[in-house]
Amino acid sequence: MNIYVIMKRTFDTEEKIVIENGKISEEGVEFIINPYDEYAIEEAIQLRDDHGGEVTVVSIGDEEVEKELRTALAMGADKAVLINNEELDDSDQYTTTALLAAYFEDKEYDIILGGNVSNDNSTGQIGPRLAEKLGIAYVTTITKLDIDGTTATMERDVEGDMEVVEAQLPLLVTAQQGLNEPRYPSLPGIMKAKKKPLEEIDYDDLDIDEDEIEAKTETIEVYLPPKKEAGKVLEGEIGDQVEELVKLLRQEAKVI
Amino acid sequence: MAKKVLVFAEARDNELRNVSFEAIAAGKEIAAGGEVIAAIAGENVSSLTDPLFHYGADRVIKVEDEKLKNYTSDGYGQAFLQIVQSVDPDAILMPHTSMGKDLAPRLASKLDAGLISDATGIELDGETVVFTRPIYSGKAFEKKKVKEGIVIATIRPNNITALESDESRSGEVFEESVEIKDLRTIVKEVVRKSTSGVDLSEAKVIVAGGRGVKSEEGFEPLQELADLLGAAVGASRGACDADYCDYSLQIGQTGKVVTPDLYIACGISGAIQHLAGMSNSKVIVAINKDPEASIFNVADYGIVGDLFEVVPLLTQEFKKVLQTS
Ligand SMILES: Cc1cc2nc3c(=O)[nH]c(=O)nc-3n(C[C@H](O)[C@H](O)[C@H](O)COP(=O)(O)OP(=O)(O)OC[C@H]3O[C@@H](n4cnc5c(N)ncnc54)[C@H](O)[C@@H]3O)c2cc1C
Ligand SMILES: Cc1cc2nc3c(=O)[nH]c(=O)nc-3n(C[C@H](O)[C@H](O)[C@H](O)COP(=O)(O)OP(=O)(O)OC[C@H]3O[C@@H](n4cnc5c(N)ncnc54)[C@H](O)[C@@H]3O)c2cc1C
Repeated sequence: MNIYVIMKRTFDTEEKIVIENGKISEEGVEFIINPYDEYAIEEAIQLRDDHGGEVTVVSIGDEEVEKELRTALAMGADKAVLINNEELDDSDQYTTTALLAAYFEDKEYDIILGGNVSNDNSTGQIGPRLAEKLGIAYVTTITKLDIDGTTATMERDVEGDMEVVEAQLPLLVTAQQGLNEPRYPSLPGIMKAKKKPLEEIDYDDLDIDEDEIEAKTETIEVYLPPKKEAGKVLEGEIGDQVEELVKLLRQEAKVI
Repeated sequence: MAKKVLVFAEARDNELRNVSFEAIAAGKEIAAGGEVIAAIAGENVSSLTDPLFHYGADRVIKVEDEKLKNYTSDGYGQAFLQIVQSVDPDAILMPHTSMGKDLAPRLASKLDAGLISDATGIELDGETVVFTRPIYSGKAFEKKKVKEGIVIATIRPNNITALESDESRSGEVFEESVEIKDLRTIVKEVVRKSTSGVDLSEAKVIVAGGRGVKSEEGFEPLQELADLLGAAVGASRGACDADYCDYSLQIGQTGKVVTPDLYIACGISGAIQHLAGMSNSKVIVAINKDPEASIFNVADYGIVGDLFEVVPLLTQEFKKVLQTS
């Protein structure tokens, strides 16, 4: 089976956000594989182990993404591809999709797995956008995946409810929490990963025109939410505190 | 200049979701005196068209087909695309719900258009529509616009105020007939897990429990408070992992993102992954026996104490004041 994973390198969830010169500063920031993409990688490896074939992890970003791609290889992926967009000065979900679509144009794939949303820009657009461009079906926020021949049966999370969905390959799916428990790279895995192929493609080597990748949206401003004033921790007898809380909620906060 | 705005409304259990009305209100603002057209699709949606007018739609389009009983991106994609083509709007708005998240990017991709996802605010800068949206799990915000052409956006529930319902408003309902074919995904079964009547992502008040709730029964006092306030019950992952409640209640980075008017956190420590799902709530109350718990850093009001003592007292007190008012 030809299995592909699309992966994004993102800020570690625990990072504080600092804005410098109107942009989010990356200085001293720890980067990780987008948490949902870890589920996608794990699922891809399990699919390969059950059905044979190869797992290729594809990421768009700068040179630094090599680190996360090596991690994916250490987990057990077979190949990695970095589409370098460092020279690109303008990009949004339209652009990223266009680049991925150009990459996949001449590839054979049975399934493409991704995360359902990134933990930075958090739009969740890339999966459905890419499937539409490739003309294949997609199922988002899956928590279970079984493949039998060319039929995929999935469970998907729909705002807490669960749907059982069936579709034919080729297919694109996006991972939701609960799909699996991503493994940690083992030491032998890390050693092996160093020798696995990691191909780097410059974005302008893809068969695509500059004007076909121009971003459709523009960020005007990035800012931090107003600092919350220190809250009021109530004091006194518990009964009095409760009484005061109800009064505050009704008269000061006016939410009840 | 007046614009034509198409709003895709959404129903759940044959009732329109409130975010549909919020999207209509957003549409009104963008339309700037132009027309707001609300569209609704499903197996049987005739009873749903009136409220769309009451909340501000100027025109309503419905698509009915048994193939639209369950949402599938192919089925709804075909229906919505045809509506877009026949209306030819300047802007399209959808709720940022499971459906909107699944469908809007597909529609945008098909139309080679820009899409602003998960907008929490809208303003006009001359002719330009400027959207506000949270990034990095609400640790920052961005203002964003579509450079040119059709504007598409999804609207996060509970952030844009719906217009007052005006039952005297009405209008013409157009039926669009769509031939839905070649569904590549088939919904075999839908398993309902969310039990309470109030939808977590749209609830105005949420009473949430964490590991401090200690057991499944421990959620009972929270449920009582929630019932009284017409609130939804939510949970931390700590509580879900410990099997005190179903994962469908989980709030946070890997659960639901909520922005109610009031969030009451009971026995939740306030881990960053939990805050990612609720820190933009308008008012946060923390009840925790540990005065050092980080939930107090984001809380507007805090009570240091045992939740099993505090929550029932709170229910009692609310009962008292709500009865007399
Ligand atoms: C120079 C430059 C400028 C940029 N300017 C902007 C900007 O103005 N506005 C803006 O929104 N973004 C901008 N970006 C970021 C980038 O375009 C988006 O982050 C990207 O489109 C992914 O969108 P998302 O985070 O919403 O992903 P989502 O759609 O939330 O991600 C869902 C899934 O798609 C896959 N995926 C996402 N991104 C990638 C990727 N890069 N490679 C492989 N798979 C991926 C993953 O599986 C992920 O889990 C810029 C980037 C660069 C390099
Ligand atoms: C990748 C990743 C994703 C995650 N996603 C999420 C997510 O989406 N949502 C989420 O919530 N978490 C998430 N987590 C987990 C998160 O890090 C925390 O572990 C979790 O939120 C802790 O839950 P808790 O606050 O209920 O439990 P604890 O941290 O154990 O806190 C329990 C609290 O209850 C208090 N308490 C105990 N007894 C009482 C009592 N009788 N009365 C009052 N207070 C009492 C204690 O003082 C304590 O503060 C994620 C973690 C990771 C690594």
